[in-house]
Amino acid sequence: MNQKRWLTVLGVLLLAAVMIAAGCGGPAEEQAGEPVEEAEETNGEEAVQEPASIMLGGSDSEVNVVARLAEEYMNDNPHVSIAVTGGGSGVGISSLIDGNIDVANSSRPMKDEEMDALRDNHGEEPYAVRFAVDGVAVLVNDANSVETLTVDQVGAIYRGEITNWSEVGGDDREITLYGRQSTSGTYVFFMELVVQGEYSERKRNMAGTSDIVEAVIGDAGGIGYAAIGYADEDGVKALDIAADQDSEAYDPTVLENVTSGNYPLTRPLYQYMAGKPEGAQLDYLLFEVSEPGQGIVLEEGFYPITEADREFNKNALQ
Amino acid sequence: MVSITEKAMRAIFIFCGLAIILFLVGILYILLSNSMPGLIELGLGPFFAADRWNPGAYGEPTYSLLNMIYGTLKVTLGALIFAVPVGVSAAAYLAEIASPWEREFFKPIVEVLAGVPSVVLGFFGLVVLAPLIARVFNLNSGLTAFNGAILVGIMALPTIITLAEDAITAVPKEYRHASLALGGTRWQTIWKITIPAAFSGITASAMLGMGRAIGETMTVLMVTGNMVARPESFLDSVRTLSAGIAIDIGDVVFNSTHFHALFVAGLLLFLITFAVNLLADILIQRKPEVSK
Repeated sequence: MNQKRWLTVLGVLLLAAVMIAAGCGGPAEEQAGEPVEEAEETNGEEAVQEPASIMLGGSDSEVNVVARLAEEYMNDNPHVSIAVTGGGSGVGISSLIDGNIDVANSSRPMKDEEMDALRDNHGEEPYAVRFAVDGVAVLVNDANSVETLTVDQVGAIYRGEITNWSEVGGDDREITLYGRQSTSGTYVFFMELVVQGEYSERKRNMAGTSDIVEAVIGDAGGIGYAAIGYADEDGVKALDIAADQDSEAYDPTVLENVTSGNYPLTRPLYQYMAGKPEGAQLDYLLFEVSEPGQGIVLEEGFYPITEADREFNKNALQ
Repeated sequence: MVSITEKAMRAIFIFCGLAIILFLVGILYILLSNSMPGLIELGLGPFFAADRWNPGAYGEPTYSLLNMIYGTLKVTLGALIFAVPVGVSAAAYLAEIASPWEREFFKPIVEVLAGVPSVVLGFFGLVVLAPLIARVFNLNSGLTAFNGAILVGIMALPTIITLAEDAITAVPKEYRHASLALGGTRWQTIWKITIPAAFSGITASAMLGMGRAIGETMTVLMVTGNMVARPESFLDSVRTLSAGIAIDIGDVVFNSTHFHALFVAGLLLFLITFAVNLLADILIQRKPEVSK
């Protein structure tokens, strides 16, 4: 009797397997492996190889790219050990003020009172480096006739004041809002830069960025936001965004629009420290803004820093 | 010698039995100790206020669980409306109508259904059911309470079928014989005699299915859209308590008010599930009412 039962189970499974095989008989898509090219010149290592350790912490948006940068740097400089932790920009800055870490990763500029606290605690000036640019694309379904929106319009849509695409020159279709949960860095970035108020409570919260993209692909009235890297999926398109009514709208998928700072939904990613960086710390920061460092930044889905950012960095790095 | 082994085995089994109580107490302790700071800081009121769950607010954060409780009830009751009739009918078929061969064939299938991982069902809901619902009801998005209710109903089905079948089988043969002897048809016997006699067991099966449905997380997280507003209809997005916790807990700042508020939601979910399961247990203890 028990045997009979197992036979049935086996039969059902076989049947399912046959159905699956029949369903997707097409040739298996071959996934091209990510080419890992590391054509770095070997630097002449005449510097003194004193063991050094650097502690970085803060922004969750930055943690992956900084960890990757640190890894690459340590490969070439085995005498330096770098630890990177997350927790959020605010956590990073307060740890820096408390002296628990050397460098605070922050996706927002430091506030004045935080700078004062740092000066009080350390007797040193705060110094900052911008090492990457983060951009957010506003995604809609391919079938949507709207191509361009201003930052204000996107904000009004997410505040729930505009609820139909016809109000912004599109078809008569209700808008469905998709976004992230409140602990996401992009949630805060988007809230402060675009929404500038409370998100509409009719916003659907998706578990991850790729879920937002999936939802917009399946929803002709959907709107979502995601890192620019996600904008080239089939079925969605990134809207051209204008800073205000009188400005030109820029397409975020064109690299120059982001790196030139013309595309409005970008933010520099900061690293703060107490006092002017020197020694291994300075060397590491220089690696971040160097050609190979910026290459890694691009690979990790962020954008290289602009001329203005380099100008900004001179204060700390020269 | 034997008595030593006996004693050792006895001790091991007692320990295993107690371990379960220990786990439960431990879970309750963690829930209470982590939600207390939130309850002390905010009081009970804000969790049941008329605003919404908005811990990452532009202005003042608010922590109302009301719409999520509403969402949980909507998905759960929707699931039961679908799963109880189907489950009980399937159980009646298995217990009363099916030939031994059919029973041997269908019971393992019910067990396979119970073993489908919730993430797989969720993916099915996302890719197949949601677009279908959107098309049928002409909606923008099929990520609705309705979608969640169907999938959670499917997940509750094996529990309901298995327990309801046990309950129906446990009805004494004499009831059926008496009914048939009085000229009742098979349908009349099942509908008027057997199922009513097994009523407490069937209710218990529905309750346990409900307990399963309330706590279900992954599927509803994937298919209900997770909107914090109060849903306007069954075809609107909702967020359940379980999904609400799952969305935020991943990267909430440890020991923040938001963190403790999530534990309050967890505690509430635990209490609801506990009450439902307790009720089911009481009902199961009540064997067929009429004595022979």
